[in-house]
Amino acid sequence: MTLLPEYPQARGCPFQPASGYADYEPVSKVRLYNGREVWAVTGHAEARQVLLDPGTYSSDRVHPHYPALAPRFESARKVRNFIGMDPPEHTVQRRMLLSSFTVKKTNALRPRIQTLVDGLIDEIEAKGPVADLVPDFALPVPSIVICELLGVPYADHAFFEHQSRRVVTGSTTLEESADAFAQLKAYLDDLIQRKQREPGDGLLDTLIAEQVGTGGLTRAELVDIALLLLVAGHETTASAIALGVVTLLEHPDQLAALRSDPRLLPTAVEELLRFMAIADGIARFATADADLAGHRVRAGDGVVVVIATANRDGEAFPSPAAFAVDRGARHHVSFGHGVHQCIGQNLARAEMEIALGTLFRRLPGLRLARDLADLPIKEAGGVQGVWELPVTW
Amino acid sequence: MRISADQGRCLGAGQCVLSAPDRFDQSELGLVEVLDPEVPEGDEKRFRDILDLCPSQALSLEA
Ligand code: HEM
Ligand code: SF4
Repeated sequence: MTLLPEYPQARGCPFQPASGYADYEPVSKVRLYNGREVWAVTGHAEARQVLLDPGTYSSDRVHPHYPALAPRFESARKVRNFIGMDPPEHTVQRRMLLSSFTVKKTNALRPRIQTLVDGLIDEIEAKGPVADLVPDFALPVPSIVICELLGVPYADHAFFEHQSRRVVTGSTTLEESADAFAQLKAYLDDLIQRKQREPGDGLLDTLIAEQVGTGGLTRAELVDIALLLLVAGHETTASAIALGVVTLLEHPDQLAALRSDPRLLPTAVEELLRFMAIADGIARFATADADLAGHRVRAGDGVVVVIATANRDGEAFPSPAAFAVDRGARHHVSFGHGVHQCIGQNLARAEMEIALGTLFRRLPGLRLARDLADLPIKEAGGVQGVWELPVTW
Repeated sequence: MRISADQGRCLGAGQCVLSAPDRFDQSELGLVEVLDPEVPEGDEKRFRDILDLCPSQALSLEA
């Protein structure tokens, strides 16, 4: 018997899907790290079909049938918030947050993000080359923004950035991720108790006043929501900014096109999101028997939606392997699809636009200080990107 | 054709506002509001594509 192909697989180039995914059928069985067999869905239409049907394909991360794509997902079974819930429970929690993530609210943050980005580039220029853009630029932008939004003290950033990395990295062991979740929970529980005594003006303070105070949420529930927002809010966007720099530098004709027409910035960011697929894939499990592209999925089966390949489906995107800043296609599934589609997507877009647009404008000679092939790539099974990004200008 | 929006399904992703800010807005609660529902003849394809981006299938075209 031949072994099934594995999911996830490590990327050979940080912005290209793992080459092994090319062997997958649109819907086929793959093997996870723990030996479990699950369905991999690689086509765009099939990916959307699964993500649009939470009644059949559950996100319940606590449930034993929810597939662990890496050991850290086993530890995540102790964390319960709306990314891992199904409607109607999911919807109640998500609606508590919506007013803070509208297009209008995120656009109102743009001047603050611009000031922040300019300040970081001032420091990079003052220090002179070589700079590592991961710690000096890509990480602090989303980290400061999410701190200010939530009301988390940025002074604690070394702690929560380190712990967040341990919960979003593919190679993190079960013990490490369990410890990281426990530390983040303890930190946020302490912070929320302090805020209950001395309220501030962040989103966590609003939720304490509007939900914990009225019985809408328990403190423990708020801790798990805060954990989700803090982690999802900075690690993903930091990866997207750093890998966005790499992707643009490695496509000089596209970078030149963007430079000659800065109005292309929003479509360029959209194309980066499609092309890079920072979240490589997301998991669900079937709660009932279902037909999926001619296959019989059984209740209890695990399903992984492979974002990296759905975004490169030629049926949905002409010349899918080409990186084209003027493509103007927004139907990629980099933020997911269906009820769980990323709540922070417009914040991520604003941060990427301002960070990338300003960086390439202010440092026109920007280039990698190390070959692409020598950049350390993030491990399979977690947020994708590069660990270091040494540049000169 | 007219755009119809179901606030009960909307989950505030804001895709509609990004696509057509002259047609859609979000309420204080973050839920979709249609500013102008009329879809001029010949524009149906463009609007079907916009509506198709809505992740919670809250938007539809009605005669
Ligand atoms: C480029 C950056 C980002 C990427 C690629 C990304 C990707 C994703 C994906 C794929 C999902 C869907 C998960 C699923 O269906 O199971 C998601 C959900 C989510 N994201 Fe993001 N995200 C990014 C930035 C952010 C930011 C800045 C925040 C800020 C708070 C955030 C908060 C969330 C939350 C709370 C959810 C859960 C939504 C729900 O279940 O209803 N993300 N994200
Ligand atoms: S795109 Fe859909 S879910 Fe998003 S705000 Fe508009 S109607 Fe609501």
